[in-house]
Amino acid sequence: MISHAPPRTTGPGPAAPGTAGRGRRSGAVWLGGAGLLVLPMSVAFAVTVGAAGLSIGEVFRSVAAHLGLPVTSLPPLQDAIVWELRLPRVLLAALVGGGLAVCGAVLQALTRNPLADPYLLGISSGASTGAVAVLILGLGSAAPLTTGAFAGSVVAFCCVLALAGAGMTSSVRVVLAGVAVSQLFSAVTSLIVIWAGDAQSTRSVTFWLLGSLASASWGGAALCAAAAGIALALCWAAAPALDAFAFGREAAASLGVSPARTQLTLLVTTALSTSALVAASGAIGFVGLIVPHAVRFVVGSRHRILLPACAVYGAIFLLWADTAARALFAPREIPVGVLTALIGVPVFAAVMRRRSTAR
Amino acid sequence: MSLDAHDLTWSANGTPIIDGITLSIPQGRLTGLLGPNGSGKSTLLRLLAGLLRPRTGTVLLDGRRLSALPRREVARRLAVVAQETSTDVDMTVTDVVLLGRIPYRTGLARVSRDDPDDVLEAEKALTWCGLAGWGERRWSTLSGGERQRVNIARALAQRPTELLLDEPTNHLDIHHQLDLLRMLADAPTTVIASLHDLNLAAQYCDHLLLMESGRLVASGPPAQVLTEQWMERVYRVRATVSMLPDGRPHLRYTSLDAASPASPAATR
Repeated sequence: MISHAPPRTTGPGPAAPGTAGRGRRSGAVWLGGAGLLVLPMSVAFAVTVGAAGLSIGEVFRSVAAHLGLPVTSLPPLQDAIVWELRLPRVLLAALVGGGLAVCGAVLQALTRNPLADPYLLGISSGASTGAVAVLILGLGSAAPLTTGAFAGSVVAFCCVLALAGAGMTSSVRVVLAGVAVSQLFSAVTSLIVIWAGDAQSTRSVTFWLLGSLASASWGGAALCAAAAGIALALCWAAAPALDAFAFGREAAASLGVSPARTQLTLLVTTALSTSALVAASGAIGFVGLIVPHAVRFVVGSRHRILLPACAVYGAIFLLWADTAARALFAPREIPVGVLTALIGVPVFAAVMRRRSTAR
Repeated sequence: MSLDAHDLTWSANGTPIIDGITLSIPQGRLTGLLGPNGSGKSTLLRLLAGLLRPRTGTVLLDGRRLSALPRREVARRLAVVAQETSTDVDMTVTDVVLLGRIPYRTGLARVSRDDPDDVLEAEKALTWCGLAGWGERRWSTLSGGERQRVNIARALAQRPTELLLDEPTNHLDIHHQLDLLRMLADAPTTVIASLHDLNLAAQYCDHLLLMESGRLVASGPPAQVLTEQWMERVYRVRATVSMLPDGRPHLRYTSLDAASPASPAATR
């Protein structure tokens, strides 16, 4: 170890009082501002992409007409493409991406596990079990597929809570309970599919495991807006508690944070929110795992800044991934979960590399 | 301002870890908590910090039951530096020290921005720990000794009246151990630290507590606690105690097992 000066004689540092942290924070502010600018532009541009060529001007005209502004509206067919098909899908992609990234960041902090993602709590396998149950066991008349998926996720999450124990004194127990419940529900899904197997149920399972935004609707987008918005608001309000968790449960407790209450509140919030997102879009992988890491590399670990940044950049990321998924090999569409990894891994590698050389 | 414990007990799976401890911590001084491995030092510190609930007995902060006080209020009075805090979080030193201000912020104001008073408090704590100008360094690039000092700065940013540390000199070289203990002895608060090095404890502490198997067997100034009898009984070593000119004891040990008549150590 290189010896350094004893405490009292350490020389005056470069930072004058009051400037601590300013460099990094102005960077974060800059990045946040850029994200808020890029996000609406991305939405507008993504809507123009597709088989029917549309200009940005036409997109704005359609939106303005629907908002009741005095503009001449588009011909009905083009208007329907913008307003009924593309805009809900693009918005859904942004909302799901932002919501998953926020939930992933929160779960990584709570469990202090860098591999945690929104599906840690058994939610994706619960959703596919619920959906397949609705489809095959003929519950279809009683409940739509998305309701079944949502119910399945919630049941899976409740199993995780029961297994982990009310006190949740150990994050390892939460993670292990999540893994066990995921396996259980996957097995149940397989059992149902094999028992009453047909092509449609197999496709349905694939849909829920890979995720797709093709069935986007305004109703789904509104639900996801509520889910993602509430998750972001509640988690952001708990940002100091999440920061305190960085050094463990006991450190959080000694800083006046109640670890059990914080953990339970945030686990329930992220689980319900993820369940709603998954019900609308299936379990799109990678966004909730990698976006928080990439954003953390750039803006640091403080959740006050990290969570909004995750929301914005998760939204931008999934929006572009989905646009690429439907445009690259048009008219064939690739599952968006495939593209999130294909685009995400190089982006992540670049961020990681840049940061290790910056040190 | 006072920290007292009455008849504390705590057990894990039926095995008693803390077995009827009553104590009173002298105010504004450095108290060393001594005892062999497994004697219950860490558990006692956790009980005193309110991180564990005693099975029976009470911890009193200013005469009020610790378990009845809101956690946030406790965090404004008692700061804890845990033994193992190494973590690969990506935070700056300032960010880590600002964690110590969490107990003072309420409502949404605590989220939206860093309070200038908090930043000032963090800088004061860093300066006090000899870390002025270190605010922008990254936690992950610090050495063990530097992390320990940042942790103490974080604890001081809580403006505690009581500071509890679990083996703060672990993994530090002798130079850094001395720096750290000097700092703790000068700290403007009551400090309780568990220590393994008895001679360093003798040199820096005003008051010592000696534990054996979950019991407090001796307490008092170093000269009263660090005696040949206690060393033999609690640590199972033969010790020769000499008094230094500053009135503090100094120990030299030989293992009891090695003390056969033929060994040179026994001829002393």
